[in-house]
Amino acid sequence: MALVLTEDQQMLKDSVAAFLADKAPVAQLRALRDSADATGFSRDLWREMAAMGLAGVLVPEAEGGSGFGYVGAGLAQEQIGRNLSASPMLSTAILGVTALLRGGSNAQRQALLPKIAAGDMLLALAADELARHNPTRVSTLATPSGNGFLLNGAKAFVLDGHVADKLIVSARTSGAEGAREGITLFLVDRAAAGVEVSRTVMVDSRNAAHVSLDDVQVAGEDVLGPVDGGHAILERVLDAGRACLAAEMLGVAAESFDRTVEYLKQREQFGVLIGSFQALQHRAAHLFCEVELVKSVVLRALQALDADDPRAPAFASLAKAKAGEVVRLATNEAVQLHGGIGMTDDFDVGFFMKRARAAAETFGDIAFHGDRLARLGGY
Amino acid sequence: MVEGTAGDRAEESSLEAFRAETRAWLEANCPPEMRQPAAGDDDMCWGGRRWVFRSEAQKVWLERMAARGWTVPEWPREYGGGGLSKAEAKILQAEMARLGCRSPLSSFGIWMLGPALLKYGNEAQKREHLPRIARGEIRWCQGYSEPGAGSDLAGLKTRAEDMGDHYLVNGQKIWTSYADQADWIFCLVRTDAQAPKHLGISFLLFDMASPGVSTSPIKLISGYSPFCQTFFDNVKVPKENLVGTLNKGWDIAKYLLTHEREMIGGMGFSGDGREALSQIAAREIGLENGALADSGLRTDIVRHEIDAWAFALTMERVLDEAKAGQGTGALSSMLKYYGTELNKRRNELLMSVLGSDSLIWEGDNPRTGGKAGERPKAWLRSRANSIEGGTSEVQLNIIAKRVLQLPGA
Repeated sequence: MALVLTEDQQMLKDSVAAFLADKAPVAQLRALRDSADATGFSRDLWREMAAMGLAGVLVPEAEGGSGFGYVGAGLAQEQIGRNLSASPMLSTAILGVTALLRGGSNAQRQALLPKIAAGDMLLALAADELARHNPTRVSTLATPSGNGFLLNGAKAFVLDGHVADKLIVSARTSGAEGAREGITLFLVDRAAAGVEVSRTVMVDSRNAAHVSLDDVQVAGEDVLGPVDGGHAILERVLDAGRACLAAEMLGVAAESFDRTVEYLKQREQFGVLIGSFQALQHRAAHLFCEVELVKSVVLRALQALDADDPRAPAFASLAKAKAGEVVRLATNEAVQLHGGIGMTDDFDVGFFMKRARAAAETFGDIAFHGDRLARLGGY
Repeated sequence: MVEGTAGDRAEESSLEAFRAETRAWLEANCPPEMRQPAAGDDDMCWGGRRWVFRSEAQKVWLERMAARGWTVPEWPREYGGGGLSKAEAKILQAEMARLGCRSPLSSFGIWMLGPALLKYGNEAQKREHLPRIARGEIRWCQGYSEPGAGSDLAGLKTRAEDMGDHYLVNGQKIWTSYADQADWIFCLVRTDAQAPKHLGISFLLFDMASPGVSTSPIKLISGYSPFCQTFFDNVKVPKENLVGTLNKGWDIAKYLLTHEREMIGGMGFSGDGREALSQIAAREIGLENGALADSGLRTDIVRHEIDAWAFALTMERVLDEAKAGQGTGALSSMLKYYGTELNKRRNELLMSVLGSDSLIWEGDNPRTGGKAGERPKAWLRSRANSIEGGTSEVQLNIIAKRVLQLPGA
């Protein structure tokens, strides 16, 4: 498949770009942070995003969505990265919907997908238990109880966990901690008895929560996918998240880079524009090349997900690793090349660096994905 | 998915017919010895008046491909080319790769001068030079750099004086690849010493057998001598050998450098069949529990593979964008900079993977019983990648100035 956007995709990109720059710029995230907003994003904004087809971007048209696929989702994520727009796009529209598409029964799909696409239902993925991403290190236990299971354990870094209507929880129905086999996914009401969610205030001012599960009863029909066979679904959900996070990081990197180049053309020192200094020009030119590489890996990873390409896991890891590396460089260079003003809270570049750090960490950094790529490559 | 039009489908089926014919022809005509990669520059066919074919197969392969115009598949037929469309040329390339066919002819005439002549040459020049390049009859070299004009190429001093019925060329070039084996040279010369430096340069072609031309090879750190110093002492050049407009040679030089940069930058990254570094490492070092048995090196290798893969996809994207008319342009400097730096990294890592075996310069390797490889020489050769065709620093200057439009670069 050619590494270019189709006309429809280009139109989607342009309309999301204009919409988010207007409705959810960095100033909105700043206001949410400063007012310690209880939700962490604007529910009005999410309703408008749903009306644009973004909440249902991955939901097929027949099930109430807009069916733009992963390339469409990634284009939206890129603009979210450029504007640092706070929304449940990743947790609900990408992770939640992918879980339902890959593992959901017809009943689960019919019950949830139209509501999600309409913006009336939020989901959150509760997978990690440790500080470093590791989706097989699951010690949360699911023991048979009645026609269903009892869940006990705790989940860390659950994105949008405190506002989600339903949690997608990975728990062990068999196997040892660390094994791929024996992991099962469950749809759990956040309001169910025994679920305790505490929001954590994060460096990037975005939402995450700690979730503890204490004898939480779930029914048999709330199992998502096969019992003991949840890992394969979880990997596909995570790969969708990784590719879309890479797209968001592309937006963060590109925006930080653009703002920095603009600053080099305005700031004067020693009686000249600092952009005339070769030391700074070479750093900017190198960064330009790195951002170009990220554009290529992100688009290919998204296309591979849409095409159900068997190499999709490798492309997702490639995109997540490379985007994570480059967004760190881009945001650190942005702060350094802006100098003292880059260190001030009044100035926006710090927000980009904070988001870059969190996004690079989410669902595996370059060390995690480098290792995964090597294993996929047989070394 | 958009449904193809009837026209698309007709084109599709004619391309499939072309693929079938090409496959059959290659199978019937490519000698078995030519169905494996050349073992270095020395094993390639460079052509020229003094060329001695390394084998009968090399000769036959060149003659058969040249007869079809397939040494230069996309050049027009009237100049010795194959007249293929881009899509057909891509099929030919894919079918050659499928069978393992090596290129029948390596030539600066094909890679560099030809594209410049097609764009800037007059009809007589095209008819005289292009078919001879296509058939491998004339071997060309490039007279660009001078001892005092490296990165500052436009500061060149070799001068061509107008003597009425001819130019008189005097000066010295350096880093002239294979000048000692070349038949003709395409050369940048100063034709107006008073004008600003970019505006007084012209593009001349002349025979290396002309009286007053001499060459002297330069021995490099790799032990090889692919480059020469080239001296011009009162060389008479006919006036019809000026390409393009007098004093506008810099435009041609820039156009040609763009080609050269894309070629150097793309070396080894667009599916040329080079074995992946990780596979070489797995074979040489071995695995433990499915992971390379050297965890530190494994990390370095996978970081390189990530960048190499991302770069290969970027080459693909740049081509796809150009085809779709969405090109961002001015990317040849990016490809040259990033591609050559990557190739240098790959060579460093290959040395590490092979350890002390990689250091053996000549003779046998008593540890393995094998021969010393080309490895240390290839590693040293690769150091030049970020210097030749414009240094990495010059490429970054170009990106800063033309793409980012930073001030005063």
